[in-house]
Amino acid sequence: MKKQFLGFAVVAAAAILTASPASAHRQWLLPSSTVLSGDDVWVTVDAAVSNDLFYFEHQPLRLNSMKAWAPDGSEAPIENASTGRYRSTFDVHLTQKGTWRIASVSDGVMGTYDLGGKTERLPRGTTTANLAERLPAGATNVKTAESNNRNEIFVTVGEPTTTLFKPTGKGIELAPVTHPNDLFAGEAATFQFLLDGKPAAGLPVTVIPGGIRYRDQLGQIDLTTDAAGKVEVTWPEAGLYWLNVTTPRAAREEGEAAPAAPQRRASYVTTLEVMAP
Amino acid sequence: MQPLSRTALTGLTLGLGCTFAAPVLAAEPATMDVTVAIPRLKVAEYHRPYVAIWVEKAGASAKTVAVWYDHDMKNNEGTKWLRDVRQWWRASGRSLRFPANGITGATRAPGTHKISFSRAQLGAMAPGQYTLVVEAAREVGGRELLRIPFVWPGKSGAGARAAGKTELGTVSISFR
Repeated sequence: MKKQFLGFAVVAAAAILTASPASAHRQWLLPSSTVLSGDDVWVTVDAAVSNDLFYFEHQPLRLNSMKAWAPDGSEAPIENASTGRYRSTFDVHLTQKGTWRIASVSDGVMGTYDLGGKTERLPRGTTTANLAERLPAGATNVKTAESNNRNEIFVTVGEPTTTLFKPTGKGIELAPVTHPNDLFAGEAATFQFLLDGKPAAGLPVTVIPGGIRYRDQLGQIDLTTDAAGKVEVTWPEAGLYWLNVTTPRAAREEGEAAPAAPQRRASYVTTLEVMAP
Repeated sequence: MQPLSRTALTGLTLGLGCTFAAPVLAAEPATMDVTVAIPRLKVAEYHRPYVAIWVEKAGASAKTVAVWYDHDMKNNEGTKWLRDVRQWWRASGRSLRFPANGITGATRAPGTHKISFSRAQLGAMAPGQYTLVVEAAREVGGRELLRIPFVWPGKSGAGARAAGKTELGTVSISFR
């Protein structure tokens, strides 16, 4: 019983850190390399939540739901995982050639219900699976919305492969037109984004080059997916880029209140490495 | 002229209140008014900027006259991001203790803010060339710094301005 409770507390803590990237700094995964060669290949990944990209200066990203998949679709172990004050870090032994996925995915349910004349909020950590047991008896006017958050990176040993890009059909996912491990400065890359498995038009896409700490302007590139869910990015220079896609949310000015009803939310974060030509 | 005589009177009364009041009846401004415009930005995640205002003079150490930051967070957590106002942090901030008396203020909303400083607050005791520096740094946003040179004693009604492009709007100074 006690153990179970502890487990829940950990998941809840993770949810706090991963549930709303747009309103709580920026979360990111930073691989030691994205393009790799050789026979005994490893990648080390840093994971953090911060203001500056990619500097670990605020909170570590919890590794509870961090997973890795080999090019053939099998799950691979996260090794040497450690969570420090400002960042988490772990290794993945890349034992197969091709493109690997390393991802932290969290799905939740937000919402409200009425009980005894009062409107209450669903607790953090609510999911579609436990919603029924979380709702107290007698709750009425239940309003819920799903939230799906995906933070993932790709790394490739040898030739890029696309076997891992089959969509799960949940939340926002990347369908590569340009392979995410085949990016060069000065070249245009096209990515397609799916929401619940279908091409999603009108999603805001934010691209921010790393190295924020040493410049005054973010250099943010704002894009919106077209009717086919696609965006085209021309990389201004080589380096690491943080890419964030979310379900549309009205930009709010200082003092404006958040919308009252829960809204379907999904977010997608990836880190892309653009090579120098 | 009505405005002139009023300025002269203000200058005199304030001047008498301070120890450096010159034994002349000529209006010597005792106060600098500063207006700082913080632009309204349409961004997904907006936080009010941290703003520091300080005075520099060649050969003297910088004097902070105002710093607007999240001074009321628990455990003084808001001080963590003071270093992001990085020129100010180097020039003056890192030698201060927080909350710093008389200069600490809350972050301010977009709009135009007017604040006034006495000659003593500005540390502009000796006549000469000074520079007022205003620096703004916004969480998950950008940073901008503006410099406005001025001469003390300033002339009543005289002023100067600088226009920001990103994190600051127009910053202006005048004397009275």
